Amino acid sequence: MSACLDIRDLSAVLPNGQRVLRSVSLCVQPGEVRALVGESGAGKTMIGKAVLGVLPSSVRIVEGDMMLEGEDLGRLQPKARRTLIGARTALIPQDPLTALNPSRRIGSQMTDRLVRILGWSGERADTRIRQLLDEVQIRDPDRVLKSYPHELSGGMRQRVLIAAAFAAEPRLIVADEPTTALDVTVQKQILRLIVQLQREHGTAILFVTHDLGVVAKISQKVSVLYAGKVVEEAETAALFASPQHPYTRALMAATPRYTDPFASLKPVDEAVLAGLATEIAAADQAWRRPHG
Amino acid sequence: MDEARAPRRGVSPRLWLAGGWLLLALLAAIFAPLVAPQDPLAQDLMLERLPPFWMSGAEPGYWLGTDSLGRDLLSRLIFGGRIAFVVAFAAAIAACVVGSTLGLISGYFGGWADRIISRIVDVWMAFPPVLFAILLVAVLGTGLSSVIIAIAVIDWTRFCRVIRAETMGQSRMDYVENARIAGYGRIGIMLREVLPNVVPSIVALLSLEMGIAVIVEAILSFVNLSISTDDPTWGGIIAEGRLSIHQAWWVLVFPLITLILTVLSFSQFGEALKTRFDPVLR
Repeated sequence: MSACLDIRDLSAVLPNGQRVLRSVSLCVQPGEVRALVGESGAGKTMIGKAVLGVLPSSVRIVEGDMMLEGEDLGRLQPKARRTLIGARTALIPQDPLTALNPSRRIGSQMTDRLVRILGWSGERADTRIRQLLDEVQIRDPDRVLKSYPHELSGGMRQRVLIAAAFAAEPRLIVADEPTTALDVTVQKQILRLIVQLQREHGTAILFVTHDLGVVAKISQKVSVLYAGKVVEEAETAALFASPQHPYTRALMAATPRYTDPFASLKPVDEAVLAGLATEIAAADQAWRRPHG
Repeated sequence: MDEARAPRRGVSPRLWLAGGWLLLALLAAIFAPLVAPQDPLAQDLMLERLPPFWMSGAEPGYWLGTDSLGRDLLSRLIFGGRIAFVVAFAAAIAACVVGSTLGLISGYFGGWADRIISRIVDVWMAFPPVLFAILLVAVLGTGLSSVIIAIAVIDWTRFCRVIRAETMGQSRMDYVENARIAGYGRIGIMLREVLPNVVPSIVALLSLEMGIAVIVEAILSFVNLSISTDDPTWGGIIAEGRLSIHQAWWVLVFPLITLILTVLSFSQFGEALKTRFDPVLR
């Protein structure tokens, strides 16, 4: 069976030549939850956007392959690529406030995609959407479907977006910090929902987060990123039991613990970062030589 | 069910006042031959410079007095409203269609399309608008259609600028990215996702633009560049009134009041409509 998502040696640069992704390799098996952790600016979101084909126009992929269920995204014509990505993937976005169109009712937004992209009948789409809303524990689908996004709470909107993401039965969902914009009490419910739907539907998830606590709860495998480079990749349990890379250890040490709420927050160890910086500079040097 | 909805705001008094005045003026203009008390062109030198009805020396039937040729001022204002409204609607809609389309394209597609359209707008806006209008009418020849074309040609940039900025803001929203991931075409996203979110601004601008068109038309008729001098226009009446301000102030004051009320109403009406059209504010 081919991997759900297979990224090999993916490098992307900014117009000034600075690399934002440094030979990233990543393989997500069907039905697997893969966490991408790292500080902000580490390129986690960039990987997600690259997979979904929505990189900002200033970022250019210069090297590497992305295979979505055995299909090489780089070789497809733009239109075929869009169709493939649209049918097999979905996004659970970070900010449920801006991810829904403010001037359209929830119902029309949700069914639209099924009807226009997958060619379903309106009735079938409606049934499907209601089924999904039930799965995300929305008890009054009639009201929600008729609402405009601003009439719902943040948690409700995120549920709607999760339902929308799963509705078309994608093979891969990119979840881009889906709980960051929510308040802590809602975060847990939303995480639980994502995991539950992921199990039931057997969908692979690329879960972008900066929260190691979340990683431990939901993922099978983890890739730790720093400055657009995968510094460590391991089974989640193994990673937490014995982190191999000094940066991973430093990151874990910097995680605040509830057992000692009055301890001051620790930044990631400077010495480790300095070591990483030289490592990356050397790698960039080596990478530039064959690439001119 | 409905209690969860944001409470609908009642129609504000400002919408009532502005809308009321516009409706009154519009109806009067449409049914001008029926409501005007006199023939707006009939001259009678025996009745020249009659004062408005509350002053001594007023004649019944000439509510707002007459001008120096003895023509009834109220009837002339009502008939002048016809031209004002035709110009307001036609010119504003033309400017809106052209400007909004280009603004939407410019803001959504960015890149070369944006650069070209934005430069054209910059150059366009460098011309002083009234001078530009006078120039255009001089070239096109006077007449109703020239006035409409001149206003549309000058003022589309206003729509273009605002709608471009609005569209750029909306295009950065995650819902647009989501639609791209889902596989919608670019033009489909522009029309189905982005456009509904800029409609409130378009409506507000359209109403504002109607007010501006009324002013520009008045300016053009003031300098005698609008339509033929026989037909009464607000600008034309103001120009005539200016000459006899010491003998008959009402010939200047009433058309000015009409003009100001109409322009103010258009802009207030637009603001109020924007709030009503906006799903988030609604």
